[in-house]
Amino acid sequence: MAYNEILIAGFGGQGVMSMGTTMAEAALSEGLNVSWLPSYGPEMRGGTANCSVVIADSEIISPIVLQPSELIAMNLPSLDKFEPAVKSGGYIFVNNSIIKRKLARTDVKAIYVPTLDIAAELGNMRVANMVMLGSYIEATGVLKFDTVVNMLRNVFTGKKAHLVEINRQALQRGAACV
Amino acid sequence: MAIVYQKSKGLTDVELHYCPGCTHGIVHKLVAETLEELDVLGNTIGVAPVGCSVFAYKYFNCDMHEAAHGRAPAVATGIKRVLPEHIVFTYQGDGDLAAIGTAEIVHAAMRGEKFTTIFINNAIYGMTGGQMAPTTLVGQRATTAPLGRDREHYGSPIRMSEMLATIDGAAYIERVTVTTPANIIKAKRAIKKAFQLQIAGKGFTMIEVLSTCPTNWGLTPVEALEWLNNNMVPAFPLGVFRDITAEEAK
Amino acid sequence: MAKELWKGNEAIAEAAIRAGCRCYFGYPITPQSEIPEYMSLHMPKVGGIFLQSESEVAAINMVYGASGAGARVMTSSSSPGISLKQEGISYICSAELPAVIVNVMRGGPGLGTIQPSQGDYFQATRGGGHGDYRVIVFAPANIQEVVDLMQDSFELADKYRMPVMMIMDGMIGQMMEPVEWKKPPVNPEDLPAKPWATTGTKGIHEPKAIHSLFIDPNESNDHNMRLDAKYQRIMADEQRYETSETEDAELIFVAFGTPARLARAAARLLEEEGIKAGVFRPITIWPYPYDALYQAAAQDSVKAVVTVEMNTGQMIDDVRIAVRGCKPVSFVGQAGGRVPTPQEVVAAAKSALGR
Repeated sequence: MAYNEILIAGFGGQGVMSMGTTMAEAALSEGLNVSWLPSYGPEMRGGTANCSVVIADSEIISPIVLQPSELIAMNLPSLDKFEPAVKSGGYIFVNNSIIKRKLARTDVKAIYVPTLDIAAELGNMRVANMVMLGSYIEATGVLKFDTVVNMLRNVFTGKKAHLVEINRQALQRGAACV
Repeated sequence: MAIVYQKSKGLTDVELHYCPGCTHGIVHKLVAETLEELDVLGNTIGVAPVGCSVFAYKYFNCDMHEAAHGRAPAVATGIKRVLPEHIVFTYQGDGDLAAIGTAEIVHAAMRGEKFTTIFINNAIYGMTGGQMAPTTLVGQRATTAPLGRDREHYGSPIRMSEMLATIDGAAYIERVTVTTPANIIKAKRAIKKAFQLQIAGKGFTMIEVLSTCPTNWGLTPVEALEWLNNNMVPAFPLGVFRDITAEEAK
Repeated sequence: MAKELWKGNEAIAEAAIRAGCRCYFGYPITPQSEIPEYMSLHMPKVGGIFLQSESEVAAINMVYGASGAGARVMTSSSSPGISLKQEGISYICSAELPAVIVNVMRGGPGLGTIQPSQGDYFQATRGGGHGDYRVIVFAPANIQEVVDLMQDSFELADKYRMPVMMIMDGMIGQMMEPVEWKKPPVNPEDLPAKPWATTGTKGIHEPKAIHSLFIDPNESNDHNMRLDAKYQRIMADEQRYETSETEDAELIFVAFGTPARLARAAARLLEEEGIKAGVFRPITIWPYPYDALYQAAAQDSVKAVVTVEMNTGQMIDDVRIAVRGCKPVSFVGQAGGRVPTPQEVVAAAKSALGR
């Protein structure tokens, strides 16, 4: 029985919320149960942001993620704050383009992803969150790569259709970091 | 025998409860006659306030909706937005409109809500027993200002017509009184113009009527009319404060 | 129909439009501002009315006017704003007009916090404003249930000519979950006529007056008794609840809204330890399903009843009324924006059972 409790945290503007909604949409299209819960309030206006995503093949008990099975830390304050909460044996994805320390925990799996460096190489800094998502998918196997790419095709249409390819590349480059 | 005068069809047969010498009855009649003359009685919804005219919903011979104290402009907004082809008016006193309901009247005017407000300003709270109103004159006695309104303590009376006339959404604002036959004719003309502009969809319209309250002023009806002319008119000048038809004609 | 991912607040607004609501008045307040935002964009597309009012006081009075004029109308807010609406709710109840009011609750008292809470249980279920009145209160536990109950809310409001309130904690408003639109949209033109509405006499009928003033004590008493008779009918006919594993349970959790999910999680954890716990979830918190809860609690197997709430213990009063002293009733909860964890709920359950 799969029951993934994911916490995604970072600065506002890093695509934390949209990474979560992308995962939620993809999970829904795979027929899984899903919930997405944002932090909200004044801290959303440019400060730190986080969202909880629960993906399960059974009923979702609570949308609140207190002990994530996977933490995606896009900045250092998020890693400092949430590293202790991650379940033993879980994953922590570290955006090591800007987080210069290693994990303190040894009972979790660490995945270091230089999201900004890869995004810069791809020529679009805004795909950094897709790089991270690619790593997440590859490491956990929670979602299928093709599902996410298909979703991107639905999101980016018309004048934005060209963005599908760079996002696909971002996902692939992220996956290669695992 | 020829009928030369009869009660307006705009009023029901319910006996008015107003005090002797109170001018509410005259203003009711003017509104009722206007609705009758414009042939809109069957298409009108009036909003009654809280105050002396709280029973207005029994007196006007059209559909009526009684609001909470000060909220008539919000209720009227709800009605008019749902029924834009109908005629909607509020009938409010100075406590209702200029104290507890100031926000509602200001924002209704700001939105240019297409209803007409009849604002009865008698410089006192009538129904609750003569307490100070926001329009009570400096020095005027009230049961909550027994030595007279003190400017240091309470400031000066608020002039709603002048204030609302600064708002773009207002189409017509006039202050009248009903102390003489000539003034009653002027008041009727003003009320009619306001409803006509409402029908034309021009925006928010308000007629402020300086009114008497002999009971709470402690005066006879005749003395009250004199007091109004001598004291209220200087503080609340009569006249048109906003008329977008005049501006449009320029 | 396929499931779609919806944010709670936006689902509330869309569900209202699908339920034939064509009139919305409201004022921004976190955590429900997505409701007026959604309405401002989508209401005009269906020929409806959206208006951002100058205050919650004005919004509820616009609802009062629009409802009197016959519209299917709604407003929404969060706790402090619902306090401001209480004056209007009292008037709407007395004047017997239908309306739907959504409260996406945040923590109080005072300015409190914008985080989720269930601190407005007393306010919602005991009237909230002045005078003797009640409103029907639905307490959905997830976004799907919000959507499913919206049409019922408008129908009950019309049926009984009174406000129906839907209350949920801020988390339900802010989160996203899959939603299935099960019911076909309501065309407002198909709704039954409202002969009581003030839409002008057309010169045909006598003038109608919508009012709440009954100055004669006898008339006022009659009016109150008539309203009460209606409330008694509703108490008899409109209770809703859901039970999960309550049969032969050793312990019964009672929870509404989000905490019911946490209680189910706690029940599963207890099951692993060999303790059979069930969850009784009122869906209407007024009328409260007193008898059904009594039946569940009075079973020989039940040793304790524990309420789980996101406040300092409000629904527990109704639970005590329901249980009538037949079993011990205790409380576990968090207030002010914190949400109890399943582990805390488990600990409270064990404590109640003396283990």
